[in-house]
Amino acid sequence: MAGNSNYPKYQSDGSRLGGLLEWFDARFPLTSLWKAHLSEYYAPKNFNFWYFFGSVALVVLVIQVVTGIFLTMSYKPDGNLNAAGIPGAFAAVEYIMRDVAGGWFIRNMHSTGASAFFIVVYLHMFRGMLYGSYRKPRELIWIFGVLIFLCLMAEAFMGYLLPWGQMSYWGAQVILNLFSAIPVIGPDLSVLARGDYVVSDTTLNRFFAFHVIAVPLVLIGLVVAHVLALHETGSNNPDGVEIKKFKDEKGIPLDGIPFHPYYTIGHDLPAIVIFLFFFFAVVFYWPEGGGYFLEANNFLPADPMKTPNHIAPVWYFTPFYSMLRAMVWNFFWVIPAKLWGVIAMGGGVVILAFLPWLDRSPVKSIRYRGPIFKTLLTIFVIGFLILGYLGAQVPEYCFFGLSWLPGAVIAQIFTFYYFLFFLTMPYWSKIDKCKPVPERVTFK
Amino acid sequence: MKTRVIKLLKRLATLALFVPALAAASEEVHLDKAPVSTEQKNLQHGAKLFVNYCLNCHGASLVRYNQLQKIGLDEKTITENLLFTGDKVGDMMTVALNREDAEAWFGTVPPDLSVIARAKGADYLYTYLRGFYQDKDRATGWNNVAFASVGMPHALWDRQGVQTLEEVIGENGHKENRLVLAKPGTRSEDEYRQDVADLVSFLVWMGEPNADSRKTIGIFVLIFLAGFYVLTHKLGKNYWKDIH
Repeated sequence: MAGNSNYPKYQSDGSRLGGLLEWFDARFPLTSLWKAHLSEYYAPKNFNFWYFFGSVALVVLVIQVVTGIFLTMSYKPDGNLNAAGIPGAFAAVEYIMRDVAGGWFIRNMHSTGASAFFIVVYLHMFRGMLYGSYRKPRELIWIFGVLIFLCLMAEAFMGYLLPWGQMSYWGAQVILNLFSAIPVIGPDLSVLARGDYVVSDTTLNRFFAFHVIAVPLVLIGLVVAHVLALHETGSNNPDGVEIKKFKDEKGIPLDGIPFHPYYTIGHDLPAIVIFLFFFFAVVFYWPEGGGYFLEANNFLPADPMKTPNHIAPVWYFTPFYSMLRAMVWNFFWVIPAKLWGVIAMGGGVVILAFLPWLDRSPVKSIRYRGPIFKTLLTIFVIGFLILGYLGAQVPEYCFFGLSWLPGAVIAQIFTFYYFLFFLTMPYWSKIDKCKPVPERVTFK
Repeated sequence: MKTRVIKLLKRLATLALFVPALAAASEEVHLDKAPVSTEQKNLQHGAKLFVNYCLNCHGASLVRYNQLQKIGLDEKTITENLLFTGDKVGDMMTVALNREDAEAWFGTVPPDLSVIARAKGADYLYTYLRGFYQDKDRATGWNNVAFASVGMPHALWDRQGVQTLEEVIGENGHKENRLVLAKPGTRSEDEYRQDVADLVSFLVWMGEPNADSRKTIGIFVLIFLAGFYVLTHKLGKNYWKDIH
């Protein structure tokens, strides 16, 4: 479908512009690409609210790339102190905020964009879980997606070091120290990643290199792969039925409509405008996001001599940070708690990639799945949110200040549940009482 | 390089000894709500206090003097009243105090105050600047209710006067510590509270001098987007009218 020569080449209507287009199309698959991915890519006509977030994520990616380019023009990855005793990188960010024309706008967009990216991507992933979008034949789309999520985490983690505040510094220190938990090679690996014995100017410079070019290159490549794979299999939909089963005489799915203009302009554009409304409301009126988008402690310049009392990662990492902290026992008296924690944190993300094979349900969409899935998924979501909340709190945190509601124990319970949800899925997804699935898509 | 690392590790080790003390110091302190103002009159008064009382030890090295034009001061006023050290009006508000001297005198280098309001919050600063009391056990003779064992002496003491911390029986019968003005300063209690409010307002302004234009521009962007949504929504509906 997406081949370069499957579509007839453009024939000029005799006008000057038409001639130019014909010349161009003979040398480049312009009409083919346009038709294969937009005007003749047939998407199910019953997309709902949950299907906005893929397009919105693409918009956020563009925002991050464009604002990032402009930030790079004025930012300096310099961990050394200037004459006034302020690290160069910290001073550069404030220079952007104060002296660069429109700098505060670009910077607020970039910092808000980081959080927006994760909000949108979490919702996008949750959509996949609701409607079984990862199921056969879309396993590879899902795997590319998990890789995008990993890239995004790396991108966010490295970008967060760049303002060179206290949380940048100590957050990076904590996470890079985790490498040292890996047996044998760990300590050396930790030094290799930092390029020094502590997080330093060297670390800052390599993180800058990774953040502005290495990771974005991979990220954009993966996004292209994600979309190409999607357009090969076609989109899933809220009913989880295949629209390609019923086609008209021209081979067009009966329940499919051209992605452009019905979804591009007719469906996604208004949604993108609503997204931008909330996005700019934060950029202009709530850039610190209540201390979650820009942490208060990150307005203190990085100081290797002063460890903050409480080091918390940015909100989008907190569920996985909770899983790391939940591991406090040396497992089987052999695996140290720290290594076990690192395995849990990494495993929490990696296990998502196996979802297509863990789910054995005869139906895809939550609309036709049984009570077991609905109950377990609800607990899963609540648990994930509680893990996220607890990851931002001090380890001694107790709910409502009640000593019999210790946060640490609750984090352990939900970490256990998180993994149990996935690992027992092959069993419970098979025995769940499913409803009959319609042949064609429905509007709800 | 190696000696540098060892030196660093040693300093980190000494630091570790103080961590429990720091943790104890960060016990919940009741913070008063700061009456932050964006009025030019208050900000200008705050700027005057800042330059006269704070800028001797603390820098605001990320702020240019001529940024103060944004709070209604013209270049001439800034040059004549606020520049002391032969700085030019386009210079940063740096401090002449030598960092090594500062470390020897106060045990720590006074932090740069450019973004202190965004780091600590206005309420903390408002409570802190009104929370100094006399403490004979401290080398400087001063302590603070919001920052136990603070290194900084009370810079505004001539204005506030001298407070002491007295143990009194509170309304609910429990013992509690209360600040009592033992020796009045040049300003009355209300006047001093206003001084601190203005100073904190200035620190908040200085933390983000463009906050004002941010809020002004924002409303136009949001109104535009709201209007644009109506158009795109109608357009979308029009496209979809033949899909069933």
